Amino acid sequence: MNDEELIETLASFSLFADLSRGEVEAVAHMFTEQWFTVDQRILRQGFSGTGFYVILEGEAAVNIEGDELARLRRGDFFGEASVVLDEEPIADVVAVTPLRCLVLPRGELQEWLMTTPAVTYRMLQAELRRLRAANRWRT
Amino acid sequence: MADVDRPHPPGDYPLVVVGSGPGALQTSYCLTKLGVRHAVISQDDSPGGMFRRFPVFQRLISWSKPYAPVAKNDPGYEWFDWNSLQAEEPENRNLVPTFMDGSSYFPARSEMEQGLVAFAEGTGLSIRYGCTWESTERTGEGFVLNTSDGDYGCRVVIFAIGTTAPWKAHVPGIDRVPHYAEVTAPRDYAGKRVFIIGKRNSGFELADGLLPWASRIVLASPRPARLSVVTRSLVGARARYAQPYEDAVLGGGNLIVDASIERIERTGENFLVHARATGAGKDLVFEADEVIAATGFETPLRDLRALGVATLMQDRVPAQTPHWESVSVPGIYFAGSATQGATELQRNGVPSSSAAVQGFRYNAQILARHVAREHFGVEVDRPRLSSDDVIEHLLTRATCSGALWNQKGYLASLVTFDDDGGATDEGIVPLSHYVDSSGPDAVAVAIESDPGSDIHPTVFVRRHGRVDEHVLEGHPLNEYRSPDHRIQLGSVLGGLASRAS
Repeated sequence: MNDEELIETLASFSLFADLSRGEVEAVAHMFTEQWFTVDQRILRQGFSGTGFYVILEGEAAVNIEGDELARLRRGDFFGEASVVLDEEPIADVVAVTPLRCLVLPRGELQEWLMTTPAVTYRMLQAELRRLRAANRWRT
Repeated sequence: MADVDRPHPPGDYPLVVVGSGPGALQTSYCLTKLGVRHAVISQDDSPGGMFRRFPVFQRLISWSKPYAPVAKNDPGYEWFDWNSLQAEEPENRNLVPTFMDGSSYFPARSEMEQGLVAFAEGTGLSIRYGCTWESTERTGEGFVLNTSDGDYGCRVVIFAIGTTAPWKAHVPGIDRVPHYAEVTAPRDYAGKRVFIIGKRNSGFELADGLLPWASRIVLASPRPARLSVVTRSLVGARARYAQPYEDAVLGGGNLIVDASIERIERTGENFLVHARATGAGKDLVFEADEVIAATGFETPLRDLRALGVATLMQDRVPAQTPHWESVSVPGIYFAGSATQGATELQRNGVPSSSAAVQGFRYNAQILARHVAREHFGVEVDRPRLSSDDVIEHLLTRATCSGALWNQKGYLASLVTFDDDGGATDEGIVPLSHYVDSSGPDAVAVAIESDPGSDIHPTVFVRRHGRVDEHVLEGHPLNEYRSPDHRIQLGSVLGGLASRAS
């Protein structure tokens, strides 16, 4: 995926839907790209120092003690709770297909969210949807 | 070049290494020591790879300390000499400092090249120079490399071809401006307004070199400039290139701008650079006499993408497993600076040093052991340890190992525990492989740092298939063979160490 394709891909994600092209380009330069093979873990339960991830291609499972709780796909993001709360992940995130992600180190997420309110608002929307879905599941 | 003098004629080999830079030299040396028969081919006519030409201003950013806390014949000296390749024989170790003239602890390019030539000659490496890899075919048994000299068949191929092909971002008009690799002598920029696209080391290297010559320098890219002394890692511009940064923040006239470059327009003898400030979105226009794209490099993969080799970092570098195998084409491995494309933990945002010699020389040693064992059934040395030695062994590695200190958070020293009560030194391994692999109970120690704390050892203990992390305290002298650390590690290991006997 060259930088032009990357920018086009990011612009199609709801998380970045309110950003100008220049701001999306800045995102492409801020994040680094990582590739994971099937069964590789991206987040590890109990491991500190993790980052914030956005899926570019592929699927990942959210597992706790081996049970799959959710499936993450292109455009989904994860890892933000551990960074914002400064706590270790409470679940593993495992690649179930070849997985290409963008990652932002934990130290840079806070500043980025503070300076990019459009992304922060979209992220809040997504978190509330996840919370609502979890509440529905419990009831 | 008379063919009779050239080794490795076209034909079938178990393994072929492509390249003759430091990554290829270290890999071939280690494969030879392990008894893995292989051919080495290179398009160049002498060893050195990128150091036959770069850096453009002819001095490296990685140090070799002629005088270090340990003597040059001590194995621990490698920690302080980031540029020399590693050998078992004392006469082939630590070669780069022997060519340095004392004017800097950063070797000149020519001094680095001499060190690599001396390594190739001293170790007797056999390389077929002037043999250009042109294309690649997959076969049932492996691969055929089509070269300028003929075809090479092999089961496994290791590409040590660097990350040295100039790469430019997709900006309208950028094809009209030179890349970093095409920059001429600094005096050619005397009195000129120079606009540099990119704020990584190559951009700052240019800015630093042009400070005495250019009338104004602008460094611009979307991402804010970072400095290694702030990130406490190799992320960001190195301290020796920090002068343009100081000039800009003190209002000296040179500028560091966070902006995306929209287009570059030629206006007679000059350029207009149209940019948009990051965040604020404000349009900016810069007039410049010279524009230089310091936008980085890519691995010259030729037809490997078409063969199925997946890439990352904007399609610039092959995506690799923790053992540097292509994630998408088994049997193709990478050595040298391309190993920066391997999966890694990047805890706290700290990446490996795999793009530089002080990082990838260790990768090459592990790669050779991995390939020898996995593809050719070679039994590699795995010393046994007594229970009394496990804690001391790990803390000594944490205190003294150049591999752990130069590949922080990326490589780890691993000891496994057997069911029968024994312990085995498994050597240095990629941490990201260990934490996700199954196996016997084990302990690995790595050195880690992050922007908010000191340097410290982290211990990863695997019990019954589950790996837990334990951060040990740092030490003001980086000395972890202390009573406190023995107690901490002993507590972390619980019954594991005492089980070994």
